[in-house]
Amino acid sequence: MVAIIDYGTGNIFSLCNAVKRAGFDYTVTCNTNEIKASSHVILPGVGEASEVMKEIDSRDLAETIKTLKVPVLGICIGMQVMCSFSEEGGTECLSIFPERVLKLGGEGVKIPHMGWNRVNGVNKANGLGVGLFDGIEQGEWFYFVHSFAPEKGVSVLTTTEYGVEFGSTLIKDNFVGTQFHPEKSGVAGERFLMNFLNTSKNY
Amino acid sequence: MVAKRIIPCLDVHEGETVKGVNFLNLRVMGDPVEMGRMYSQQGADELVYLDISATNEGRGTFLSLVKRVASTLNIPFTVGGGISTADDAARLLDSGADKISLNSAALRDPSLIEKVAKRYGSQFVVVAIDAKFSSDRWDVMSNGGKLSAQREFFEWAKEAESRGAGEILFTSMDHDGTKQGFAVETLAKLCSLLNIPVIASGGAGKAEHFSELFLNSGVDAALAASVFHEGTVPIPTLKRYLESCGIPVRITKV
Repeated sequence: MVAIIDYGTGNIFSLCNAVKRAGFDYTVTCNTNEIKASSHVILPGVGEASEVMKEIDSRDLAETIKTLKVPVLGICIGMQVMCSFSEEGGTECLSIFPERVLKLGGEGVKIPHMGWNRVNGVNKANGLGVGLFDGIEQGEWFYFVHSFAPEKGVSVLTTTEYGVEFGSTLIKDNFVGTQFHPEKSGVAGERFLMNFLNTSKNY
Repeated sequence: MVAKRIIPCLDVHEGETVKGVNFLNLRVMGDPVEMGRMYSQQGADELVYLDISATNEGRGTFLSLVKRVASTLNIPFTVGGGISTADDAARLLDSGADKISLNSAALRDPSLIEKVAKRYGSQFVVVAIDAKFSSDRWDVMSNGGKLSAQREFFEWAKEAESRGAGEILFTSMDHDGTKQGFAVETLAKLCSLLNIPVIASGGAGKAEHFSELFLNSGVDAALAASVFHEGTVPIPTLKRYLESCGIPVRITKV
């Protein structure tokens, strides 16, 4: 059973359907026992950093998430709150990844970064035997919608360029985070999600 | 570098994709969910579904259609048509829409843009503007192009941006349906005035129109309906052509 963590914000309809299409049962929950008992955990990608952290704290989920031993996937804001700090709302986050989340910007760069962009470093990722990008080509396009992004640091597996080069996939132990939305990224996204749901080991 | 997006638009009436001129002579084109899936497989980057039903029954049918689209589609989609309140927007979000497009209701009450953007984020709000050129300025039209909104186009687009719109979808009514190319100069001016993405609509007739548009205007996306529905410009062919012109596009390898 896949647990999709419910922190009371917007639309997780597409994510639920993508997991279902991948052939996995899921539950949308904020119950710590249910989360701990699941095979995979997903933190979905909706909301604003300080609000999402408030929702996590009000449900006493921070420790539960940090101590999970099963594969955990954070998507977009779900990944950002797994970092150490976000400039969005000046928010202290879960510090699973040591990277900070910074505001995107630069000359002539439209914010939010919205649309399809390339994910680089896939070849290197697969060289590590990580498996998350199995069947996905170097420089493949994924779908992004965000205004903040992780800086480049030790957890960064793939990068994407938009004004600056930022971390588009982060990994550490059993935790993975993506700035892109696999549930909206066509066939490549479905493949990524499938790879994640089929893994049972650390990265 | 973000890819330039290609967006097929599906007009939906009583649950069917239709094609017509000014809501007359509606011709059924097929099941919107199946067509969406087909476009996604062909490499469409996003889809727009417009509800052109005039009745409450039609609106209800549309909402259940949005749910079916959301459970099938693996790319983002925008829905528009008849959204008058923030609650209408909320119902569409809960049904799985990635973005909504506001048009006439935003002209009647511009604060609607702020309300929806504040609640769900700017990325959720597309403001669609239909305009036509009359003597010395672009006039904004409302109610499906039937009424003048008494607003100047560039000024309204700027206001929509400052109120929190995440994207502007501009349809030139002078170009729409002509298949003679997009309103490139007007779009270039619009892009120079705004800091949010612009989607061009109206006038697509052949692949060259898309390359002219992307090379000369700075728009982020192009929307079209009949060239895709009728198969005159198949999306895979179009994308390969645009790539050969040096325009960044997402080519799906599967």
